[in-house]
Amino acid sequence: MRTFAGWGVAVIVCILTKDTCVVGAASTIELPALPYSYNALEPVIGRKTLHVHHDKHHAKYVATANSMIEGTALEGKSVEQILLESYRAKNQGLFNNVAQSWNHAFYWKCMKPKGGGTPNKGQLLTLIESSFGSFENFQKEFAQAGNTAFGSGWAWLVYNSKKKKLEVTKTIGADNPMTAAHVTPILTMDVWEHAYYLDYQNMRVTYVESFLDKLVNWDFVADNLKRAMGGSKEEL
Amino acid sequence: CSRLTSVKIPEARSEIRISFDNGQQHHYQQLNIMVKLSLAVSAILVGSSAAWTSPMTMKTDSPASSRRNILSKGAALATVIAAPIAAGAYALPDLPYGFDALEPFIDTPTMKIHHDKHHATYVANINKATEGKPEVPILDLMADALEAGPAYRNSGGGHYNHAFFWEEMTSPDAAAKTAPSAQLTELINKSFGSMDEMKAKFEAQAAPGAVFGSGWVWVSVNQKGDELKIVGTPNQDNPLMKGVCDEVMFPILGLDVWEHAYYLKYQNRRPEYVSNWWNVVNWDKVNSNCEYVVKNHAGVSV
Repeated sequence: MRTFAGWGVAVIVCILTKDTCVVGAASTIELPALPYSYNALEPVIGRKTLHVHHDKHHAKYVATANSMIEGTALEGKSVEQILLESYRAKNQGLFNNVAQSWNHAFYWKCMKPKGGGTPNKGQLLTLIESSFGSFENFQKEFAQAGNTAFGSGWAWLVYNSKKKKLEVTKTIGADNPMTAAHVTPILTMDVWEHAYYLDYQNMRVTYVESFLDKLVNWDFVADNLKRAMGGSKEEL
Repeated sequence: CSRLTSVKIPEARSEIRISFDNGQQHHYQQLNIMVKLSLAVSAILVGSSAAWTSPMTMKTDSPASSRRNILSKGAALATVIAAPIAAGAYALPDLPYGFDALEPFIDTPTMKIHHDKHHATYVANINKATEGKPEVPILDLMADALEAGPAYRNSGGGHYNHAFFWEEMTSPDAAAKTAPSAQLTELINKSFGSMDEMKAKFEAQAAPGAVFGSGWVWVSVNQKGDELKIVGTPNQDNPLMKGVCDEVMFPILGLDVWEHAYYLKYQNRRPEYVSNWWNVVNWDKVNSNCEYVVKNHAGVSV
């Protein structure tokens, strides 16, 4: 986004999509627009939740991360590079904001209106079944991870390139499983209370169930797996 | 059915404990005083297998069918009205005020859900974890909570923290009539310079960047008993737990900054929730907490 052409494209994209779009001059990290309108995930996730979650929480992580990156050697690097470097440097403040920026950008794409259900027959479904025994077992494990992440955290489906299989894991705070060797996230679910409180209050279990039933964008997950197995990661 | 051995209705709490000769216990929490007596009656009728000779509501039906009627009605009444808690050492305490008492600073739906759902779940879970073990006050589980395991740390901590939290708040009108004692003021000035400086430090510690995710902020008396410290703790940890802070400390004031504590009214605006919260702090309770912990070198009971 550092060239004039880049600016121009970004502005045009913002106008065309009519979504909130933050275009920063020297912003290393961008706030992507939602891939759908704010009411698109209703009644599973309400428009007010998406407005606050995207326009306030996600936006704040991006702004804070950028202010911490500006003027440092990290400027211009990819989000993933900064995430991994801040993790290794044990720079908790920077890591929290960069990782949360990545996590949320990934999360929006993991959902779509009229999503959920079962993935189409193919590489992803086959690997889920062989990794977990059945698709139902995967759903149970993933829901369990989401429901038992105490406090604020995330549930993940990851590809482990060493074991050549899929695994479910959960993280706390901003933590992202890509910080571990051989691990590539392919699906995530936010279980910080802000992700579901306006719609479900204390009933996280219902949010988790609905996420699996009605929201998961399996095409995106399948693409992520393809890329992970092919050896390159997506630039967000 | 086993035989009823006792029915206790503790005065301070709107709760009934019913004991049976097989060791079974039921706790019923009432929603209001009016319900208490009718619940006691129905609970007795439901639980008792003893033939009663002077039934309270017997009509002209045969004894067997009438008892069946009353038992089923009693059961229905008990189910509908009571919020039965699994038998265990710990009970969900009532709020010392109505759900709407802390308006407009903490909203009614939040108080209701926070107390009736979140806190209630911690109570149920710590009861499950301590089932069959000797009963000890929840305060006594705090010191070794980390060693005892996640259920003690998360649910035991959750129960203590919330019971502590409710007690230190009151309606804005009542709160306005309270103020820090001479002892507390002296400690505040010594530790932070002034009340304003303490509040500023507290609010900084309560910011989303400082307690990242779920947690609490505490004003605690240090081990030595001569200074106040402000700390943030993650999840349901508290300064009474060995290994959480640099040294075990004794909270006199605490604030829940889990999103469930403020999200319905404030959403992402945690700083606004925190600065508004001072309006409902009951300094009388904080004063007595302070006096107690300094004198006894121990945490406040809840």
